[in-house]
Formats: sequence, structure tokens, C-alpha cells
Amino acid sequence: MNISDWLPLRFEIALAVFILLQLVIKIFDIIRNNETWLHLNIALTFLIVLLGFTGNDTGSLFGGMFVSTSFINIEKTILAFATLLVLMQSYNWLKHHQHTPEFFILLLTALLGMFLMLSSNNILLFYLGLEMATIPVAALANFDLDKQRSPEAGMKMILSSAFSSGMLLFGISIFYGITGTLTLSSWQEMLRPGGLEVLALIFIMAGFGFKISLVPFHLWTADVYEGSPVAITAFLSVVSKGAVSFALARFLFNGVIMMQEVWIEILFLLSIVTMTVGNLFAIRQTNIKRFLAFSTVAQAGYILLGLAGDPVNAPTSVVYFILVYLFSNLAALGVVEAVLFATSKEDLDDYKGFYNSNKKLAIVLMLALFSLAGIPPTAGFFGKLFLFTSGIHSASLVWLLFASLNLVVSLYYYMRLVRMMFSENNEQPLASIQSPMLSRIALIVCSIGILFTGIFGGLYDFLHQLAK
Amino acid sequence: MNLLVLLIIIPVVALLISVFINAEKVKSVILFGAVAELILCFELLREFMLERAAGNNAPYLFEIVYPWFKTWNINFHAGVDGISVSMLLLTSLVTVAAILVSWKVDEKPREFFMMLMLLTLGAIGFFISMDLIMAFFFLELSVIPKFLLIAHWGSGRKVYSATKLALMLMAGSSLILVGTLLLFSKSNGSFDITVLQSLHLDGETQRLIFPLMFLGFGVFTALFPFHIWVPDGHSSAPTAGSMFLAGISMKLGGYGCIRFAAILLPEGTQYYSTAIILLSTIAIVYGAFATLMQKDIKYINAYSSVSHCGFVLLGIGMLNQTALTGAVLQMISHGLMTALFFGSIGMIYSRAHSRDVRELGGLLKIMPFIGSIYIIVGLCSLGLPGLSGFVSEMTIFMGAWQMPGTFHKVATILACASIVVTAVYILQAVAKVMLGPVKDSHFLTLTDATWYERSASWMLMLAIIIMGVLPMWLAQMISHDTAPMAVKLLTLNS
Repeated sequence: MNISDWLPLRFEIALAVFILLQLVIKIFDIIRNNETWLHLNIALTFLIVLLGFTGNDTGSLFGGMFVSTSFINIEKTILAFATLLVLMQSYNWLKHHQHTPEFFILLLTALLGMFLMLSSNNILLFYLGLEMATIPVAALANFDLDKQRSPEAGMKMILSSAFSSGMLLFGISIFYGITGTLTLSSWQEMLRPGGLEVLALIFIMAGFGFKISLVPFHLWTADVYEGSPVAITAFLSVVSKGAVSFALARFLFNGVIMMQEVWIEILFLLSIVTMTVGNLFAIRQTNIKRFLAFSTVAQAGYILLGLAGDPVNAPTSVVYFILVYLFSNLAALGVVEAVLFATSKEDLDDYKGFYNSNKKLAIVLMLALFSLAGIPPTAGFFGKLFLFTSGIHSASLVWLLFASLNLVVSLYYYMRLVRMMFSENNEQPLASIQSPMLSRIALIVCSIGILFTGIFGGLYDFLHQLAK
Repeated sequence: MNLLVLLIIIPVVALLISVFINAEKVKSVILFGAVAELILCFELLREFMLERAAGNNAPYLFEIVYPWFKTWNINFHAGVDGISVSMLLLTSLVTVAAILVSWKVDEKPREFFMMLMLLTLGAIGFFISMDLIMAFFFLELSVIPKFLLIAHWGSGRKVYSATKLALMLMAGSSLILVGTLLLFSKSNGSFDITVLQSLHLDGETQRLIFPLMFLGFGVFTALFPFHIWVPDGHSSAPTAGSMFLAGISMKLGGYGCIRFAAILLPEGTQYYSTAIILLSTIAIVYGAFATLMQKDIKYINAYSSVSHCGFVLLGIGMLNQTALTGAVLQMISHGLMTALFFGSIGMIYSRAHSRDVRELGGLLKIMPFIGSIYIIVGLCSLGLPGLSGFVSEMTIFMGAWQMPGTFHKVATILACASIVVTAVYILQAVAKVMLGPVKDSHFLTLTDATWYERSASWMLMLAIIIMGVLPMWLAQMISHDTAPMAVKLLTLNS
């Protein structure tokens, strides 16, 4: 076997090497300084991102268990990029944490799991990847050692993910029973709508639903997001959610495309309930992390709308949306992280008058909120627009109306926060906050992403080319 | 360079400069940008008239297309006809006036003036859009500036009003979004209005999409019963904000109803014309009577805007060339008039610190300039010949009366009769606020308009008078472009 045959696996190999390397470093205690660890990891993650730009090696390995296309490569690059931003934003927190090396090892392992999940053409490999992507994150959710809520978050996460994995496995086992194979691409021809198939599909969708926190499987989300350290909230809400959304798109269009009429209905129900409940609950939140948690729940509803498209545009619009959403949500959480670290305040009311005390951070947060709400000229407008345009392919009028009216509801709570920051007075205003250089760079990158990924149109066309 | 592209670039550049310079200098930059925009609009008007005079009868002139999202066939496609040119003129005039009137705003001036420019950018972009997504982009661009202008710089129940306004307008645009997407899917994937216009969508599709588009834009232009944001929004907004809202923002809706609902979906318009006439007549009559009851001079003008914008929709619902032309004229006339009205009310309020007709009185003696403006614009509002209001309302009534059938006649008579009510509330307000005894001795110390207020008022007033005295060039320019659509709408009858 030639060395170039392994190129499709380059992301995974690089990550595995980095993880092992760090384990060795940790065991022999070579690096003691947290900051060196941080710089090392930011550099390594940056290398992974760069790998995404080194040609698009398509191919399959291990007898077709592992596949890679240029579209999958882009998805992996996006996830690695998001991880990089998360690391940069959490600079201050990680610098003072007592278990920083373990944090990186766990985080990169989760990323490796996601990569394997995205590339798997074998449903067991897929399942292994999914578990590998979840369990380390549950441990990470526990990383705020002085806070009581943090272990609770970890516990909730591990229990709910175990439960959802059970559902997923049960569905998978039924499909295996029907088809006699574990290869995803051969399911495509064998699965037709029928009683047992629909039952299995429902179980699998429930499993996915837990992972991307669709209503009614969202109950863990707010508690976990609130209890976890912000870095993990960011990782969960962007990277995990993105990876599972990509995987869901692949599963629906490569595995069970023949059952589209069934899963469109499932997506329809899940989508309108998710959007509505997510939005209505977001209105009532007083904690900014819970607020953002419910807003991400609502965003997932729009992703499902995009999945109602044709096999090319649906994955494209989802990837595009995740990319845009990555900038928006990481910008918002980056500001939350900065505020939380400097002042340990996380209530929405604390953000009153934020514009007067911290103009730049407030502008970044406002941009992020506009983008989440889908207000032009931010990228969020285009992200949502293309989910809608993709969804028009097979979504019903009711679904479209529900989705677009939900935009109004979400505008209400995003604007309320913007107004609080911009024009209300605060008796105890937040102090002026100084962020470390790398965190600032991350926020600038996010802002640039919010402002320019949408309005300059080439990106969507590029993704569309890759998806063909 | 294409004039239309320049129209977009100037506000963007002005905004970018404003981010980086000293906050005190922002208003000068923004004013400079707005004046440049105004000059450009006059240049556009001149070139447009020359083209038309030279016999260029293409439906849209100065067209320009840049691909934006190739996958979805979304383009930056700009072009203008007589209707858009007149709306552009209105927009740039009102913008300059609004900036001048707010010259003394010192609470977060940078943000304030940038918001005004952003609103202008949205309106200008919307009026030159020939691509539905581009139009939607520019339409939505102004949601946040409107919200923040009212919520931060407004007065009274500002948060409530701002939220109500933003949510209702957003709901309107979400209907437009769904309508746009349906058009896209029914037309084999095009958002371009020239393509959509040449397509013959079947009646059922048109009847499905038309209500979405028309109601969506109707929310913007105070279609009954979606007018409820208008009084609160206008009254709570700062002076420049009200001028913008009433002068430009409501016109986005009227223009959208004509361009993106009536022309694109003639059969739908035909099918729903009875409903349109019914709702607009209700708005006209109800708006007029609701105004009678108001005690706040800003609310008086806000409610009368509901009534006046009803005429625009009435003109659209009548489906003939004269009425359509009248509808466009009414948009321009109402835009100019109401901007000046809100401007003068702002000047009164900033001096007297009261907007209650029961507390004000005898202001004409104390501030003759502001008082005269208020009276003149009031007369324009009740349709005095020689001013713009008469021209536009008369055209609508003439068009409406052409329609056969009792229903149309009754609607026209009711709408005409509402003018009497208009006269009552306008004259009442003028009498109580401007004439009579001075009710509060501190009013005697008040000063008349300053240079910036005077120049803003003169600009708008000249426009009103020119339109009132010499309306034909404008009417001809507009009717050139309303003719084909009226023919299209009428051929469906036979």
C-alpha cells in the first residue's frame, strides 16, 4: 500500500498523533506551564485547519468503511476551525485551570470522534465516532471544578447521551436486521418505507434529536449549557451540534433517501416544535447561557427545514448555515466568556448598559445577536435564507409559514437584549474588560465572518460545487 | 460608473467613514453623504427624463446585473422606472431634511446619524431592486435601525412602541419571504422580476401568493387591520425617526404592493381587488375618525397617516391607470407632507415640551415660521388646491370614479367624504395650537426656527408647492410606467 493512499485519513492520523504526543508530554511532565500548553494546542489545531486546504483527497479505506470526499473535508475543516476559535476564546480560563492538559486531550479526542463519524460509511464506525465525540465532552462539562452545577451538567449529559445512544443503536439494529449489512451506502437501495423501517427510523431520529437537542429531546440542553464552563458550552453548541447535523444530513441522503417521504414528515413535526418551543422558552430566560442555549435549540429547527431540500442543496445549505452559525454563536459566547471570567456575572440584567462600558465587546455581541436573528447584512440572514430556499423544495406551506413567523418571535428576544445593552442604565455597570490578545483575535475573526461570509456570495457557490 | 450603483456606494462609504472619525464630525459626514445622494437623484431624474424624451420606452432603464449567489440565481439587479425615480427623489429629500432637523441631537450622535443613513440605504436599495431577494435584503436592513431609533431616542412609551413596530414589520417581511420563495419555486427558480413578469403563472398560484405578498407589504403601509403599529411607532419616535417612518418607510410598503404584488401577480390582484378596496376604505374612514379623537398633535398626524396611506391602497385596488398613478403620486405627496408635518411638530415639541392640543395655544405669534409651516402643511393634508395633496387625491378619485359598479362608487364616495373629516381635525388642531390665546407664559420666551430647521422646512415645502403647481411632468413620468400594468390588469377583465 502506497503512502498516498492514506491521505484521505490525514485529519484523523494527525489528530491521533497529536493526542498521543500530548499524553506522552503529560506523562513525562515535560511542559508544566499552562500557557505553553495553550500555545502548543492552538498551533496544533491550527495545523489541522490548514490540512483542510491541502488538496481534496477523495477515496475510501478499510474496505469502504471509511470514505472521504472534498465536501467531508470541508466539514472537518469547519469543525477544526470552530475548535480553534473555542480554544482561543477560552485563553484566560484555561490559563488558570489546574487540569489544562487533560482538557486538550479530551477535547481533541472528541474532535477525532467527530471526524470518524463524518467519514464513516459503516454504521458501527459511525456509532463509535459518535460515542467518542460525546463521552469526552461529558467529562469536560464537569471541568468547572469549584462550581456545583458543573458536575450536575456532566452527569446530565452522560445520562442523556447514553439514553439517546441506546435509542440510536436500537434503530440501527432493526435496520441491520432488515438489510443484513452495516454499510450505509448499501442501505440506500434496500430500505423502503414499511412498518418496521419507519419504527427504526423514528428511533434513529430520536437518537439524533438528543444530540442536536431537538424538542422534545432538548431537556438536557439548558442545564448542561448553563453548568458547563463556557468553553464547553461553545464546543457543544457549535462543534458538536455542527458535526451531528452534518452526520444527520449524510445519513438521510446517503442511507435512507428512499424513505424521504417518511422522514420529511418527521422533520416537519420536529422542526416546528423545536423552533416554537426553543423560541418561547428563550423569552423567559434570565441567565445569558440558558438564553443562548434555548436560542440554539430554536436554530436547530431551521436546520431541519434546510434538510427538506434536494440531495445537493440540503447538505450545502446546512454546512453553510453551520459555518455562519459558528461565527455568530462563538462571537456571542466569546463575549459571555470574557464577561464571566472578568466579573463572574452571567445574568441578562448584568448586560444593561454594556454598550456604554465595553463598546467593542458590546458591538461584537450585537453583531452576533443580529446574525442569530437573521438580520441583514450579517451572514445569519443568508444562512437562514438558504435554509429556507433549500427547504422550499419539499417543505409544505405550513412549515414555511411557521418557520418564518418564528423569526419574528426570535427577533423579539434578541432585540430585547440588544436594547438592554444599548440604551438601559445599570446601577452596577460591568467594569471595562481587557481580554488577552488571542481571545481578541478570535472575536475579530468571528466579527469578520459575521459581516462578510454572507454578503460576498462566492462561498455558497463554492460549497455547492463541492457537494455535487 | 452606473448611477444606481453609486446610489448604494455613497451611503456605505459615509457609514464606513462615520465608524472611524470623531463623533462630533459624524453628522457633517452623514449630511454630506445625504446631499450627495440628493444631487445624484436629481442627476438620475435628468438622465431618466432625457432617455424617455429620446424615445427609450424600455420598462426599466439603467439596468445593471451582478451575479451574487449563482446557485440560487440571485443577482444584484438594479434598474429604475418612473415610479422608482420619483420614490428615490422622495427618499433623498426626506433624508436630508431629517438629518437637518436633528442637527442638535447630542445623545450618542454617531449612532443616531448612522442609523439614519442605514435607513436611507435600505430604502434606496429597495427602490432600485429588481431582484426579490435583493429587495428583501434591503427591506430587512432597516428593521434594527428603526427599532433602536425609537427605543433609544424616542419619547413616551418608547420600548413598547419600538417592539410593536419591529415585530409587526418583521411579521410582514416574513410573509413576504414565504411569498418570494413560493414565487421562486413556481417559476423554475428565478427571483428576477423581469423574468417573473414575463411568466404567466396560473391563476391558482397567483391567488395563493398574492395575499402573502400584499399583506406583507401592507403591514408596512398601514393596511387595516395591521395599522396598529403606526400611531404608537410614529408618536414615540424621535422627530427624524417619525419623518423617516412616515415619509419613507410606509412608502416601501406601497411601492412593494405595486411592484412586487400587483404587477407580478395581476390575476391575484384582480381576484382580491374587492378585499383591497374594502380594507383601504375602512382604513381611510376609520383613520379619519380616529384622528378626530386625538389630543396629541403627533398622534393626530400618525392617525391621519393611516387614513392617507389608505388612499394609496385604494388606488391600487381600483386597477386602472389613473388610480395607480394617483396612488404613486399620493405616496410622494404624503411622504413629503407628513415628513414636514412631523418635522414641524418636532420643532414645536422641542421648544414647548408639550404635544397636547389642550396645553398649546397661540404659537403662531411666538414662532411665526414654524407656525406657518404647520398651517401650510395642514392645508396640504386636507387637500387644498395648489399643494401636492390635492393633486394626488384628485387623481385617485378620478381613477376610482371611472370604475363601473356600485361597490366602487360607494367606496369612492366614502373616501371622498373622509376629506371633510380631515378638514375638521386639521383645522381644529391648527386653531387650538396656532391661534387663540397663549396658554402658558413660558411659551412667550420661545424662539423661532433655527437655520437648519428653516432649510429643512424650505426644502420640503418647495417640493410640496412644486408638486402642487406643476404636477404634470411627474404624473406623466409615472403614468408612462403605470400604463402597461394597468393594461395588464384590465385585459384580465375581458
